[in-house]
Amino acid sequence: MPTLIINGQSHNVEVEPDTPLLWVLRDTLGMTGTKYGCGIAQCGACTVHVNGVATRSCSVPLSAVAGAQITTIEGLAANGVLHKVQKAWLDNDVPQCGYCQSGMIMAVAELLQTTPKPTDADIDSAITNICRCGTYQQVRTAIHAAASA
Amino acid sequence: MNYVPKNLVQNIDRRSFVVGTATLGGGLALGLRIPFGPDIVRAADGSPEVNAWVVIRPDDTVVVRIARSEMGQGSLTGLAQLVAEELECDWSKVTTEYPTPGQNLARKRVWGDMSTGGSRGIRTSQQYVREGGAAAREMLIQAAANEWKVPASECSAANSVITHKPSGRTTTFGRVAEAAAKLEPPKDIKLKDPKDWKIAGKGVKRLDTLDKLTGKQVYGIDLKMPGMLIATIKDCPVPTGTVKSFDAAKVAGMPGVKKVVQVGNSGVAVIADSYWHAHKAIEALPIVWDPGAAGKVSSATIAQFLEGGLDAEQAFVGNKAGDAKADLGAATRKIEAVYSFPYQNHATMEPMNATALYTADKCEVWGPTQNAEAALAAVAEESGLPVGKCDVHKVLCGGGFGRRGRVDYVRQAVLIAKQMPGTPVKLMWSREEDMTHCAYHPVTQCKLTAGVDADGHVTGFHMRISGQSIAASLAPERMDKSGMDPIVFQGLTPNSPEGNFGYQIPNLLIDHAMRNPHIVAGFWRGVNVNHNAIYTECFIDEVAHELGQDPLAFRLKMLKPKHAAVLKAVGDRVGWGTPAPQGVYRGLAQYMGHGSYVAACAEVSVTAQGALTMHRIVAAIDPGVAVNPAQIERQMSGSFVYGLTALLYGECTVKDGAIEQTNFDTYQMLRLHEMPKVESIIMPSGGFWGGVGEPTISVAAPAVLNAIFAATGKRIRSIPLMHQGIRTA
Repeated sequence: MPTLIINGQSHNVEVEPDTPLLWVLRDTLGMTGTKYGCGIAQCGACTVHVNGVATRSCSVPLSAVAGAQITTIEGLAANGVLHKVQKAWLDNDVPQCGYCQSGMIMAVAELLQTTPKPTDADIDSAITNICRCGTYQQVRTAIHAAASA
Repeated sequence: MNYVPKNLVQNIDRRSFVVGTATLGGGLALGLRIPFGPDIVRAADGSPEVNAWVVIRPDDTVVVRIARSEMGQGSLTGLAQLVAEELECDWSKVTTEYPTPGQNLARKRVWGDMSTGGSRGIRTSQQYVREGGAAAREMLIQAAANEWKVPASECSAANSVITHKPSGRTTTFGRVAEAAAKLEPPKDIKLKDPKDWKIAGKGVKRLDTLDKLTGKQVYGIDLKMPGMLIATIKDCPVPTGTVKSFDAAKVAGMPGVKKVVQVGNSGVAVIADSYWHAHKAIEALPIVWDPGAAGKVSSATIAQFLEGGLDAEQAFVGNKAGDAKADLGAATRKIEAVYSFPYQNHATMEPMNATALYTADKCEVWGPTQNAEAALAAVAEESGLPVGKCDVHKVLCGGGFGRRGRVDYVRQAVLIAKQMPGTPVKLMWSREEDMTHCAYHPVTQCKLTAGVDADGHVTGFHMRISGQSIAASLAPERMDKSGMDPIVFQGLTPNSPEGNFGYQIPNLLIDHAMRNPHIVAGFWRGVNVNHNAIYTECFIDEVAHELGQDPLAFRLKMLKPKHAAVLKAVGDRVGWGTPAPQGVYRGLAQYMGHGSYVAACAEVSVTAQGALTMHRIVAAIDPGVAVNPAQIERQMSGSFVYGLTALLYGECTVKDGAIEQTNFDTYQMLRLHEMPKVESIIMPSGGFWGGVGEPTISVAAPAVLNAIFAATGKRIRSIPLMHQGIRTA
């Protein structure tokens, strides 16, 4: 039975090994903060961190992530304190419908891990998540705010 | 699955009216009773309802009831601001709650219209929600005055505190709410002048943000219920088609599969223990479709069909002045062009879904909808139960843009749940199902002709639109008596406060030849202004350039004052008339839609290889009254993302009667790196209430198209740009 380590907790999951991580999170473990948007790694709504790397969980089978350290949006705030990206999102009133924002925030959290002070060009090349409400302008402002927090 | 709403005020069984949603849908419960006699109506937690809009808890929390649907546009916050402004409550203590359409029906529609579209969420309910807040304030003040045995006129309310001025005594809303709830509502209510607003009119933050940052926010797709199963569906890809056969036995033994069911005459669903199991099974399920009458229709045959309308004798007149045909016949100079606009999908980030629980005497649905009352009617109709035994519990929508005004997925959910009585079933569409079963932005073509006199004045103008009617597809009750669809003229009519044609031209004719292909047309953010504004504003730009006139001055010469004011404002901000930076070119557009006046100037550069950079958009809006400028700014910049996505990439094509694009790989979206900087000018002139979610989308594409012309000298009359040799750099 594969073991998943999610937000620091181990879970034994009894599903077929080809099940995408997204559906293990949502259906098996009931962690619905990670969203389904396309199922083909196009939109980024399902982004989580796998060993610290932003990963589109709809296209990663369970078998590929057994034993890896997985962080989801539910685990981003530590001890009830918002992550600096979440804080910047709150301060800048970024979300509209909010559906894409779990994935957007996870993608940005990784960007700031690897590039603590990203330029606009860094942001342009790293953040490819789709937001249909069109919050990109507020996303960019909030990324800069988080970087200088 | 077209639907005409029926008279909802029927079959109400008041005695059996019970609301039982406490464990589901994020605590949207209300334990309402019909307010007969002196009874207090109470919320689920026992707190008194001062009136239908305002519940006050003993700890001074103010619960504002929101009838309209929140789908990202922010009207939940804006409506709460309007109630709170009149109520004189402490904004930091405000929270919100959705009543259900079943409760609305049982209370004689005390919350009014619940449908949310056309940028109407605030502007068509502002009057009664403000009155609701003001009435509650007067009742709270009266209750305090009664307790103190002083005249109410000596008391006032501010920040949830009531003060008796002469004595300096104070109390809070929470302490007098019980007594206030027993009082008769006041007869005469005077609303504040917007210039005296302290909460409304300010750019306060949204009330619904925090849970969207932590994964806690429950969207319809996230709902969980004890014993719930998951269904996914395939409906015939051709809208005229039906299911011929399917082989359930082939997938019956697959992991987690519970049941394979037919849904109406055109769909098949797999019900399983998880989405992934349902998805795998439906992908493996052999289904044979009968495409019906439209099985051979393609984009090319649709285009040909519409072309026939461009010169057709029969057309529906939307705007007429003088004699355009005679003027054009005699004009010194004629300028003519033909434009077109393709099908678009809303592509909400959260695909369609609904959760239904059916039993022999009750049917309830939980899910995202922009039209809760139509959804309720659909539940009643498909369940076969009286409407009083049905209800719909709204959750926040993961995007709407008009798509969730249609209730097709609600009907499907009920039809599926009916085949699993007593078990809650969550129907989830795949992205592929969502992409191929939209109610698409209608397809249109347009021929424009301008007649110009020897002095360079436009004396005649004929705009002939040929194409699809949304009302014919989705809302036949909105057709006029002769079967015509007046909505096609959004922004083109003579005097409509909803959106009138800005140009004053002596001989004018704007008409529409309805041509309805079989693809379902629907209300897509901006609706008919998307193509109407491209046609008008790109063609006016063509005429200005043909005549060698400045595009701003040329427009201002013909525009009505409010249309002109927003255009002037963007001209001033960009410094129209002064040179743009090296290699940067500007394009203008103005329009009126959804009750507001808007304009934009785009600054772009285009390389010889067709690589487009959209540097900056300056956009202006006059919505009459601005309820939350910070949210208006977000709606404006967001509307450019939506409109420019359509301009760059948006096209749903038809082959063998079905839509060809199935996911975001073939139906591309504008992404962050392509987004221009949007500078917003919000200039409310007062005296009217316009919408803000949609109006600026109208000027997005034409401003950029006109800037591309300025840069390249090439007129593009058909979108998306990706088929015109232009892509973002």
